Amino acid sequence: MSRQKTNKLMIAFITAIAIIVVIPVILVIIFMFYNGLSALNWEFLTTAPYNGLRQGGIMPALLGTVYLTFATAIVSFPLAIAAAIYLAEYARDNRLTRAVRLAIVNLAGIPSIVYGLFGLGAFVLFMGFGTSIIAGALTLGILTLPVVISTAEEAILAVPQEFRTVSLSLGATPWQTIRYQVLPQALPGIITGIILGLGRAAGETAPILFTVAAVYLPELPKSIFDQSMALPYHLYVISTQVPGMPLSVQYGTALVLLLLVLSLTLVATIIRTNIRRHRQW
Amino acid sequence: MEQTAPFIGSRPAAEPRHWGEWMIEKLIQVAGLSTILIIALIFFFLLREGLPAFFKVPLHTLLGSRWYPIENLFGLLPLLVGSLLVTVGAVVIAVPLGLVTAIYMGEIAPRWQREILKPLIEMLAGIPSIVLGFLGWVVLAPLIQQAGAPTGLTAFTGSIILAYMSLPTIISISEDALYAVPKEYRDGALAIGATQWQTIWRVVVPAARSGIVIAIMLGIGRAIGETMAVLMVTGNAANIPALGFGMFFQPVRTMTATIAAEMGEVANGSVHYNTLFAIGILLFVITFGINSLAGRLVGTQGKRRRSSQL
Repeated sequence: MSRQKTNKLMIAFITAIAIIVVIPVILVIIFMFYNGLSALNWEFLTTAPYNGLRQGGIMPALLGTVYLTFATAIVSFPLAIAAAIYLAEYARDNRLTRAVRLAIVNLAGIPSIVYGLFGLGAFVLFMGFGTSIIAGALTLGILTLPVVISTAEEAILAVPQEFRTVSLSLGATPWQTIRYQVLPQALPGIITGIILGLGRAAGETAPILFTVAAVYLPELPKSIFDQSMALPYHLYVISTQVPGMPLSVQYGTALVLLLLVLSLTLVATIIRTNIRRHRQW
Repeated sequence: MEQTAPFIGSRPAAEPRHWGEWMIEKLIQVAGLSTILIIALIFFFLLREGLPAFFKVPLHTLLGSRWYPIENLFGLLPLLVGSLLVTVGAVVIAVPLGLVTAIYMGEIAPRWQREILKPLIEMLAGIPSIVLGFLGWVVLAPLIQQAGAPTGLTAFTGSIILAYMSLPTIISISEDALYAVPKEYRDGALAIGATQWQTIWRVVVPAARSGIVIAIMLGIGRAIGETMAVLMVTGNAANIPALGFGMFFQPVRTMTATIAAEMGEVANGSVHYNTLFAIGILLFVITFGINSLAGRLVGTQGKRRRSSQL
């Protein structure tokens, strides 16, 4: 076989593989909509489940996930941004900084169930929060740190050096330079990181298994020290633990979770595309 | 975009700084260093709850092949084998697919296709594992059963789902690695008459080798640690399947799934509870090893890769 033929064949083969990889992603999304859309209506989103979870809606689980996601943002956001500023602006290239980077790489790699164990040992039992939103938010907050830190750091590093030079040369202190020049320019990128982190937090199940999640609660949580239902865990329960569960409700729940998480990812992607397009430098 | 890190804060101050500024800088530094503290705390709490297992359970039981917590048998071997089978299966599926897709996106696809493919891959990364697990449970498992397996809930089912979950990691890191290969390499190869395929296979991929290795390692780390999807589709039978190709088509139980399934039912402080934390220690050590090694490899070529991200 000639080189040209081999070339054509292999390029076609690579293209085919890429298509094979991507098609199921599209199929999964279409499939979820096709099967889940019929269960979705206002009542499904706004009523509590009853009859052993088999009937009614998903309101407490949906609200629980929203609460939990906000609480997670409050926990992880300040720490992650500060850590990103440290890495981008203050850290020298020394052993300590390499240790910080190694810690972040490893935080990103720790299995989510291990975060769940940590949350159980540290927040639920040791700190005595019990199974509660605060324990889950702390666990998820730490889980989202690496995503937010690395995205925010990239955003800060992408601000051109000239902004800093000019600001410093006008007599601004380093912190003033960061606060008034660098951060405003990096803000959209930082927000992208936060939203990506929240998307991750909203969809996680394993870390909340032993830290927040309840199978069924008759009432909504009243404070951050209460247990809560959560959408991912609710999906797990109704699809594996409840015999005779109508399939449409399962698909509906899965679709709501998927939409929630994907819309966060989508918002992050849109912001990022916009930054690239409107970047002034 | 190729610029050295700004480091403005590390410049020696020309005049004594305001104390408020000093405070803020200290706070920022503490935040940065807290990441080390956090990972240490995670390990500490795992040890605190998990170490007692190694004293309460005799070593030969831990190394045994039977996991029957009710009879106080805590053999970790079937769980290790379960995790290994599912992960190996996932890697065998995901690495070639991921690498080839990365090659397509980086070397062959025109710009407009890349702009469709990239968000799709990111979307895949965004799908919660419980949703993929659910699909595996209601769609994939029945399909595999129809194909002739005694049950649809097998190691192989888990591998397929895991392969798809680790694809985004493998693709995006391999793509970065390919992107970091200087354009001159390609131009040089094409100029001396190599075809596009020869350029890719003999020049670009070998040059991106170390980055591809990192991609594979992080993909493995991702697969070993995945919990919910695996819990739902692998059947959760804690036995060691007989050696042979058929073992991929039997129900297995992974380390992660065991923790997720059983932690809810154990009494705090019991032997069973401690042992589940001990599995957590094992998972932590395995993933820490993989990620540290990958992190070290990234460090050796880090500066070049940076500009290709974001």
